[in-house]
Amino acid sequence: MRLRDKLASVWQFLFGDSARAFGSLSVLLACCLSVVPARDYFREWRRYQDDYLRLVRGRGDAIALQRRFQSGVQQIWLPELGVVDRCTTCHTGLKEAGLRDVRELQFRPHPAIPHPLTEFGCAMCHRGQGAATTVEEAHRSTKAWEQPVLPARYLESSCGQCHQNTLTGTPQLSLGRKLLARYDCVSCHAVKTPGGAQMASSTGAPLLTHIAEKTSREWIFAWLKNPQAYSATATMPNFQLSDEDARDLSAYLISQSTPYLPGAEAPSAAQSKTENAQEGASVYGEAFCASCHAVQNAAGLMVGGDVGPELTRVGSKVKPEWLGQWLRNPKIYDSDTAMPHYRFDEKQLALLAGFLEAKSDSDLLANVQLPPATDAQVARGKVLARDRGCAACHQINGVPKPDNFAPDLTAAGSRSLAKLVFVGDMPHTLPDYLAAKIRDPRTFGQQLKMPKYTLTTQQVDALVTALLAQTDRAQAMPAVLRIPGPPASKYQPAGKAGEFMNDMNCFSCHAINGRGGDMAPDLTWEGSAVQRKWLVDFLKNPNTLRPALIRRMPKFNLSDADANMLANYMMTVYQTPAFDRDGIDPAKFSASDVEEGRQLFYSKYACQACHIVDPQKDKGYIGPTLTQVGARLNAAWIFHWLKDPQALRPGTLEPNQHLSDQDARALTAFLMAQRAIKR
Amino acid sequence: MRRITIVVLLLLAACARRSSPPQAQAKVFGAALVEVSGSRQAAGIGMAVDQTLVVQVNDAHGSPVAGAPVWFHAAGGAVLNPAMGLTGSDGQFSATLTLGGSAGRYQVVARSRDTSGKEFEIRMDEIALGYQQMQGRQLNEQHCVRCHESESSAERVSNHDNLSKAPHSFTDGGVLNAMSDSDLESIISHGGPALNRSPEMPPYGYTLSKTEIEAVMAYIRAVSDPPYRPKGLIYASR
Repeated sequence: MRLRDKLASVWQFLFGDSARAFGSLSVLLACCLSVVPARDYFREWRRYQDDYLRLVRGRGDAIALQRRFQSGVQQIWLPELGVVDRCTTCHTGLKEAGLRDVRELQFRPHPAIPHPLTEFGCAMCHRGQGAATTVEEAHRSTKAWEQPVLPARYLESSCGQCHQNTLTGTPQLSLGRKLLARYDCVSCHAVKTPGGAQMASSTGAPLLTHIAEKTSREWIFAWLKNPQAYSATATMPNFQLSDEDARDLSAYLISQSTPYLPGAEAPSAAQSKTENAQEGASVYGEAFCASCHAVQNAAGLMVGGDVGPELTRVGSKVKPEWLGQWLRNPKIYDSDTAMPHYRFDEKQLALLAGFLEAKSDSDLLANVQLPPATDAQVARGKVLARDRGCAACHQINGVPKPDNFAPDLTAAGSRSLAKLVFVGDMPHTLPDYLAAKIRDPRTFGQQLKMPKYTLTTQQVDALVTALLAQTDRAQAMPAVLRIPGPPASKYQPAGKAGEFMNDMNCFSCHAINGRGGDMAPDLTWEGSAVQRKWLVDFLKNPNTLRPALIRRMPKFNLSDADANMLANYMMTVYQTPAFDRDGIDPAKFSASDVEEGRQLFYSKYACQACHIVDPQKDKGYIGPTLTQVGARLNAAWIFHWLKDPQALRPGTLEPNQHLSDQDARALTAFLMAQRAIKR
Repeated sequence: MRRITIVVLLLLAACARRSSPPQAQAKVFGAALVEVSGSRQAAGIGMAVDQTLVVQVNDAHGSPVAGAPVWFHAAGGAVLNPAMGLTGSDGQFSATLTLGGSAGRYQVVARSRDTSGKEFEIRMDEIALGYQQMQGRQLNEQHCVRCHESESSAERVSNHDNLSKAPHSFTDGGVLNAMSDSDLESIISHGGPALNRSPEMPPYGYTLSKTEIEAVMAYIRAVSDPPYRPKGLIYASR
């Protein structure tokens, strides 16, 4: 009762007569109309701008900072990149270098990067929603916006959207791309770069077409069950096969194998081998096998390179007759192998075979008992080889290489979260999904085919970074904005020398005209650099130029004729057009030139900090030893090298000292005078 | 009225309830914390530092205590995993550190408590490198470290001891912090003689670009120990 009376009196008060009703409705209308301006007034970004102005007010350079400050919603609009970024609305101090000492992240200047903000915007690198003007929508994934800000650890992936080339500033991205190729991810998954090129595998998994000649079925079984048990550094992932699967697959692999040598040349089972650990080790050392192959030492550390397979237990793997033939000439078994054709003599072959066969592990195959394979097992093994995608990486008789075996990852960095299935309590973000998938794919379902890789956290992060670079935005980028990688060089030296260089696999270590490895010096201009006699001697018996390096040129036991033929080719073809090889005649240097060069060498330029000319006195060993440089290098090369080393060999360590012609000439005279070993 | 007061008090109490420090179910307590390893590491922003952070709880006599509680704390988005736990049989507790998203120094605090509940702590400084400093670090690896670092590694033999004047390590803040930016730039660009020092330091001004030299300087400043504080006018951060 009381309530009804009260309501009636309120109604009477507000709408009792027409004047009251008009007044009330006006007030109501004014309230309604003020909602929008009020909401605008309380927007989040205004608070940040007010905070910024308050922060700036107390500083000595307040007037300049206030003058540069612009209120209201700010926007970077770059139509050709599709950038509409309003981040600078709240991040007000991004361009104020003077605010470096400010504690609040949102007001600090942006750290130094190669790209100006106004030309690239923010979301291009940091992702998130550039057009949003609230903290929540811009940075996190909310209902309407899928893409959160990229965690700092994967930031390099954004560089990879435009840059297909290798950047010095993005080691993680480069590592990731290298791993995609090295671990053969790209053999099952199609990964296209924005230019449309398919990423290619860099390893070339071993051929399995003659596998029975190389190893036993027991070893294949143990390897399939757990490759890392044989070799901790194996790139082959663990397919988590059951005993039956491994049994049948090994049965098929043995049955499909064909002989690789015509019957007459088949190696005899009784290959000569000499078991002499000390001499065997010295052949292994002199051939610099460790430049490419690693062996685990007693302390559990890997010693050696990762180009070829680890050899810790190689004696338990390979058949002695195969090993002997392989060491004699690996090209016969696999014409594409990166292993050079050493020309070992019989004694070296026997010692090396004995040394490697002794590297065995009796525990490895101790528990592997395989009864002879039945036809049904072989048939099932073939089906398994096809279903598991073995032929995506390996060459196998009877199983063709599958197309599109695994999902295309060309746009892996733009995958919609709505289409991903998360398991367990993992965070619902794309980087976390990718990392979990790479680390242990089978947590997403036991029936999945993807194998388990043994990777470090750093490698997983690098792979995620490389995949996050594969975005829709990158694919849609106008061609002018893409920076392609260097074109793959198909350089092939001609004629007999070319065949010879392939046989020796010079390109496994040396690069020439853009093709080849980076383990040893680039030989593109070698003919301009060195003297012919030195080159012939070096090819026959390589001595050490750089004492501080572990990797060195092995001795290939070349004949005189071969060394001369190779030297002739290199001296003729690998000439730089930059200068005349015979432009400086060392005979014209006077004794005073040499003395002036000595002064410059030791005093003005202190070259002895890195090079040794006099072994009694000099100690530097960063650069090559120069005791016999006058018999090794060409005078014109030395002169032009001193003037600008990077022009002759990009990326070389020797700093460009900007020498005058006169200084360079005197130093050349001094270096050309260093012809004999001084003791 | 009284009812409202009680409700307000309860609400206040709920708000004021701080999460108490994570006390692992510890029955044993030590008296002091010492660092075993892991401080002063540098890594890129958002990255995990290479070595785990290891601390040891000691009793009053300095011998390690097993099963004592340790908890780590770091600000600025740095994450420790695990953030707390009990020391192992050797009295040590270790955690991996992932740095936060902005470049600079991160201070990790390791805490433990004694039987009476009194807390004690040690602090470890770690360094997060931004893009520029990372680039500087890479250039340092390529051009500088062979002479400036006396430690040799399997891949790289140090040339430090072969020089007539020992170069300064880049972490040697005692010396390098005293050099101004322009002095540093001169000696890198024009070599030792520019500052009347050894010519064994060659000029890099014709080999490295200006941006690259700035990156090397940014790296030197980032890793210096004690930390580098630029001279000149500093405004209060608040």
